[in-house]
Amino acid sequence: MSAVRAARRSRGTGVPLPLMVPAAIAAAFLILPLAGLLVRAPWGDLPAQLAEPAVGEALRLSLVSATLATAVSLLLGVPLAWVLARSQARGRSVLRALVTVPLVLPPVVGGVALFLVLGRQGIVGRWLDETFGVTIPFTTTAVVLAQTFVAMPFLVVSVEGALRAADARFEDAAATLGADRWMTFRRVTLPLVAPGIVAGGVLCWARALGEFGATITFAGNFPGTTQTMPLAVYLALQRDPDAAIVLSLVLLTVSLATLLLLRDRWLSRSGAAA
Amino acid sequence: MTLTADVRVARGPLAVDLAVEVADGEVLAVLGPNGAGKSTLLRVLAGLLPPDGGRVVVDGDRVWDDVAAGVHLPAHARRLGMVFQDHLLFPHLSAVDNVAFGLRTRRVPKAAARAAAGDWLARVGLEGLGNRRPGQLSGGQAQRAALARALVGDPAVLLLDEPLSALDARTRLTVRAELRRHLAEFGGSTVLVTHDPVDAMALADRVVVVEQGRVVQAGTPADVSRHPRTDYVARLVGLALLPGTGAGGTVRLDGGGTVAVAEETAGPVFVAVRPESVALYLSAPHGSPRNVWPARLVSATPHGATVRCELDGEVPLVADVTATAFAELGLAPGSAVWATVKASEVAVYAR
Repeated sequence: MSAVRAARRSRGTGVPLPLMVPAAIAAAFLILPLAGLLVRAPWGDLPAQLAEPAVGEALRLSLVSATLATAVSLLLGVPLAWVLARSQARGRSVLRALVTVPLVLPPVVGGVALFLVLGRQGIVGRWLDETFGVTIPFTTTAVVLAQTFVAMPFLVVSVEGALRAADARFEDAAATLGADRWMTFRRVTLPLVAPGIVAGGVLCWARALGEFGATITFAGNFPGTTQTMPLAVYLALQRDPDAAIVLSLVLLTVSLATLLLLRDRWLSRSGAAA
Repeated sequence: MTLTADVRVARGPLAVDLAVEVADGEVLAVLGPNGAGKSTLLRVLAGLLPPDGGRVVVDGDRVWDDVAAGVHLPAHARRLGMVFQDHLLFPHLSAVDNVAFGLRTRRVPKAAARAAAGDWLARVGLEGLGNRRPGQLSGGQAQRAALARALVGDPAVLLLDEPLSALDARTRLTVRAELRRHLAEFGGSTVLVTHDPVDAMALADRVVVVEQGRVVQAGTPADVSRHPRTDYVARLVGLALLPGTGAGGTVRLDGGGTVAVAEETAGPVFVAVRPESVALYLSAPHGSPRNVWPARLVSATPHGATVRCELDGEVPLVADVTATAFAELGLAPGSAVWATVKASEVAVYAR
């Protein structure tokens, strides 16, 4: 293991020019816009901008809805990933292709599709409306559903990969020790793929936090109930660019902080296990 | 707790069709080359692989598999313990929780399960290491913990899938000796799958040799090594395994006679002699420090270019000599010969 790593490192010192130049351009392309955001930030009236109640409202809504969407994705997506990775059911590959469609689908199209199913005139939406008097579009629930629709496939793909990489013979060993499949899943499989689930959850949460297209299509843009941070940024950019920069900075800070926090915890955890 | 199995299952191009029976307290070794269907048999016995045909019955009335009657008891409902080649201890659990796992799944309260697991860890020589993760155990320690994990639930059947082959040579000797002791104490039926004839000779009461999914020979280890029925078996299991007591550079055999060995030993040991290292002479040779025993040729069976000679005498041996040498010596059943073996070609290990 360490020999392989050492060999990789020594090879890494001599990067050929045809790789070096595009790599440098790519890195600059990814880093410069973020740096520009920092440079252009109106640091002077930052406190005043942040104190605006609309900012706090949008941030709170974004954090709550992204966390709820991640929770729903974990609850439903991990079992789905298990079915895709472990079951012998027929049509698994078709199912996998279908559930990963939202990965490549333009989010606006996803929003339209959700609207057609769950809207007041939609197949499921009309039944919900007539039976329970429940309307989903343009509510906070719609925000969570739109984010879940777009973000859950990230979790499913990531967890399925972790399940496939995990040695299934541990599950055989658990079976010979008297554990049925449900107990094996809880006591053996889940702990084994925990790092993959955390990684998938972070990816899912980040995707939900940044969701724009499906949200604005399916949930609309009402401050307090459906206006999440990305919507607020887009709206602010049209009337007050400085406010848009401030909101963007907040979103950037929250994403980075979460990523670093979870990453540290996750790394130290896997370090203890090894 | 008798295990009776008659298993038919197709694995790609290989059609496995094996029937085995293991009595109470008996150890059956399933010996054969890689890809012969040994591990497939074990997976069927464990309930991890449903067979295409046949029956697996324990104790004459508890049916684990009966394809004709549509019965397949899943692995978790079978009272068995299994040890895998590379221990497969759960990496997220400590050694003691690994051993306690099989008790916890059967609803033993946590404290009682951990206490029983601690006792078993002590029995396999791992006291004080219960809190270690599998990654912090050596290969031999991990395999001992895996054995404790398989035995803690008092299973009816113990399945061992190449339990020693992932260990280095030195560790293999000590773990094999311990495994032998634990198998002697175990009251249920044991099926040991291995490709190493030494494991089969040292651990099993009975051996079935499997080639290409079929049993080609069955019998006691001594029987199989003395009367191999195919070339493969002859090459594989020719070695003579003699119990004795070590004292420095010599071993006093339980059956009489002494053997000079190259390494210092003490206590109960096995002496293993490969047939190709036994040379035959018509008169007692002089000179180099060798083991020299008078013997009588009991039978001779040609195998390819060599002839396998079964020898009777103070030290019972099997010798492989070339067909030319056999003819030059003018040997025939009943001939008196001198058998010699270099001390450096005798393997010794603790039993």
